[in-house]
Amino acid sequence: MSEPVGAVAEAAVPPSQPRIQTGLGGRSWADLGFRGVLTLGALAVPLLMAFLVWELWVGSRLAIGRYGLDFLVSSAWDPVAQQFGAVPLIFGTLVSSLLALVIAVPLSLGVAIFLTEFAPQAIRQPVAFLIELLAAIPSVVYGLWGIFFLIPFLREHIFPFLRSALGFLPLFQGPIYGQSMLAAAIILAIMVMPYIMSVSREVLLAVPASQREAAQALGATRWEAVITAVVPYAKSGIIGAVILGLGRALGETMAVTMVIGNRHEIAASLFAPGYTMAAAIANEFTEAVEDVHLSALTYVALVLFMVTVLVNAGARLLIWRVTRGAPTGGQGL
Amino acid sequence: MKRRGLRRWISNGMVVIMAVAVVVAVMPLLLILGTLVVKGAGSINLAFFTQTPVPAGETGGGVAHAIVGTLMIVGAACVIGLPIGISAGIFCAEYPANPLARTTRFLADVMIGTPSIVVGLFAWTWIVARQRHFSGFAGSAALAVLMVPMVMRTTEELIKLVPNSLREAALALGYPRWRTSLVIVVRTALPGIVTGVLLAVARVAGETAPLLFTALGSQFMSTDLKAPLAALPLVVFTYATGPYEDWHRLAWATALVLIIVVMLLSIAARLATRQRFDRKG
Amino acid sequence: MRNPVMRAGAALAALIVAAGPACSQSLVGAGATFPYPLYSKWFDAYNKKARVQINYQSIGSGGGIRQFTQGTVDFGASDSPMTDEQMAALKGNVVHIPTVLGAVVLTYNLPALGATPLKLDGATIADIFLGKVTQWNHPKIGALNPGANLPKTDIIVVHRSDGSGTTFVFVDYLSKVSPEWKSKVGAATSVSWPVGLGGKGNEGVTQQVKQTGGSIGYVELVYALSNKLPVSLVKNAAGQYASASLEAVTAAAAGAKLEKGTDFRVSITNAAGAKSYPIASYTWLLVKNDTPDAGKAKSLKDFLAWMVTPEAQKMAADLGYAPLPDDVSGLVRERIKTLKSGGRPIA
Repeated sequence: MSEPVGAVAEAAVPPSQPRIQTGLGGRSWADLGFRGVLTLGALAVPLLMAFLVWELWVGSRLAIGRYGLDFLVSSAWDPVAQQFGAVPLIFGTLVSSLLALVIAVPLSLGVAIFLTEFAPQAIRQPVAFLIELLAAIPSVVYGLWGIFFLIPFLREHIFPFLRSALGFLPLFQGPIYGQSMLAAAIILAIMVMPYIMSVSREVLLAVPASQREAAQALGATRWEAVITAVVPYAKSGIIGAVILGLGRALGETMAVTMVIGNRHEIAASLFAPGYTMAAAIANEFTEAVEDVHLSALTYVALVLFMVTVLVNAGARLLIWRVTRGAPTGGQGL
Repeated sequence: MKRRGLRRWISNGMVVIMAVAVVVAVMPLLLILGTLVVKGAGSINLAFFTQTPVPAGETGGGVAHAIVGTLMIVGAACVIGLPIGISAGIFCAEYPANPLARTTRFLADVMIGTPSIVVGLFAWTWIVARQRHFSGFAGSAALAVLMVPMVMRTTEELIKLVPNSLREAALALGYPRWRTSLVIVVRTALPGIVTGVLLAVARVAGETAPLLFTALGSQFMSTDLKAPLAALPLVVFTYATGPYEDWHRLAWATALVLIIVVMLLSIAARLATRQRFDRKG
Repeated sequence: MRNPVMRAGAALAALIVAAGPACSQSLVGAGATFPYPLYSKWFDAYNKKARVQINYQSIGSGGGIRQFTQGTVDFGASDSPMTDEQMAALKGNVVHIPTVLGAVVLTYNLPALGATPLKLDGATIADIFLGKVTQWNHPKIGALNPGANLPKTDIIVVHRSDGSGTTFVFVDYLSKVSPEWKSKVGAATSVSWPVGLGGKGNEGVTQQVKQTGGSIGYVELVYALSNKLPVSLVKNAAGQYASASLEAVTAAAAGAKLEKGTDFRVSITNAAGAKSYPIASYTWLLVKNDTPDAGKAKSLKDFLAWMVTPEAQKMAADLGYAPLPDDVSGLVRERIKTLKSGGRPIA
């Protein structure tokens, strides 16, 4: 066709083609049919979500009726006495995830800043790619590696060292089992690091070069330029990345259940075993003999779901605010 | 002058620290891959791929049943999830201002963040409890629920990248709206959509939690989606947490195969996307 | 299917399927990890013999009871007999069929001890699992093991994290020998453990003990044997130290005489008799009295009939489980004859 691509739609239907059947609003039936099919697909998402929430709600009704909001503040998990309280689970989930962030965030940010500002061009993409590969490893494989490699290593070398060096802190006292809150936090840190790193990197890339250049023009060193001009500009996006990492950590199941020790208890020591909401569901669901036990686990799932929804929604809002309007990723690679 | 020297020293020091961080960050990947290869490669032989398990405690056997099981379950998940995800993605990209599109986009992001164990529990109440038996199909449904938002978002993003000039040209040439969307826009975005699909498949193929109380697992070779089925991630979990040395050996080998498949899919997806962006300039 | 990758995958699957074996009937069961090594062997042998696929998932007795009650499996397996309430939920449509006898043993990881097995009694075991005895060189343990090289290290208790019949047998025993245990913790498939790490299934506990120095856990005998873990001697009700041998377990069962028309739900822990091993138990398959599906009912009945034959029971003995006593086998055979399908006896 020799017509210019930008030809405007005033060109009528070429005479050789038959007239299009029109239905409502000047559109053809085929158009409507097509749109109908697409709409069905799009409807599936809200419907599935609503159905999921509804099923969780119905399943937890028995437990909510019996324990109410006390479930969230009580510690007893006793299937014999049918007393269920989710505090150790909530505690374990929060502690393992937050501790994972304490380890992962400085690491991820350091890598992200290095790869966007300081690294030689040649290695930026390959290194980013390698780290992002960590996100492709299935959780159960992390767990396998955790049981047979990480835990013996921690139990024989790292934990005794920590206990002798920092044993005055209650955090590092008590018997060393291997399976522990700290082991779970370390594995979670490795798992969330690629997410925090790659989103931070995108966010930092969205910062206009003028920011850094202005700082350097005013006499800042390269590091100072980054820390005073670039990072604050991207601050909300970076916080968003961190919260995204938190969201992922909160929901991790397999790797955690293989290394955390599976114990419904709140302990001061990081060497002590613990439990998370996701791990408890995975371990106990098929075996909950009493209906109320099953309902309690569904209640836990509901709580976990709501927490991760809130965290993820918050994260995306923050990230969106920084990258809104900025070119999508793929720049400068 | 002295202050400037100190500042420069700090700047260089921080760069060194960050470089160390990069090394530390890359180490786990190398350690995990290395351990998998060292412990698993030796067990990857013909028997591994073609035999089913032997009784607990004995040596030998393979994971053929789990390979078939994973193919069946993931295949069925694709059949369910891909049409829904892709149509939803096209809808949100072609009619972006539509309130349904906005809701769906937001909810898809929420769904992507949902823990997979919660999705597994949902599939249990939805299908297993109602049908009163475990099934590979319930596992596929759980995986489909995971796939739909992922595929939807990537499809949407890629279709949005197709320049409007292409659409306008097609409309100007007399293509009806539906043909424009389907044939012109989707076909242009197809490589990207395929890579999005590959990434989603890679992700769900490695998922264990949703299968724990849906597909349940099996020691036998079977293709019956209406009954419990074996799957590679389930094999890794069961064998890793068991006491038999032979089980551990098989767990390492299965994990290695799983990770190779997942990584190949991810790498292929990424390379294809990169080419796409380079082509567009 | 629009995705070429998927099309290829389906074709591959079809190829593999075409090569697979045909089978006439398949059953799904779930439950106890206690007899899992034996069931795994039985179902494999029976599959070769009768072309029936019996898919058994070792998820713990609690899981077996739950899934069987819910109707999501064709049969359950448990070392803890169902309680009256649990049976009421099924309106009594459940039969306990004992399959073998097994022993719950205390296994531990104490290289310093050498080859001599640890000697323990009920009270001391209870104290360890209550968290009152926390170190290996505690005088109570020393008193039972004079001359043994007990190190001054922490005792790392390992228990089950899932609903377990093995747990039930163990805590049933502890409740009989320790009033404090009975009042503080009680007996069920899942209890609130005062101390310790949780392992999933007998498999998980064995794994934990194997990997953790200074640990002690309770597992079914076969798990300790096949993983070459040491097993302690336990003092029985007669005051003698018994090891978990086939004879000692059979002696424990001899104490509980089963009558005609029994429902087989009997506890044999802390049994009388000089030679009895105190932590022994039957393990049961839970089947419906009346299985609606005729094909499944027949397959199940045929399997149960095979299970009590000397051929199958010998496999049990080879693996370290004590075969059913002859009189009990007889009672089982008679009970199997009364199983129904759709109200009528099975052909």
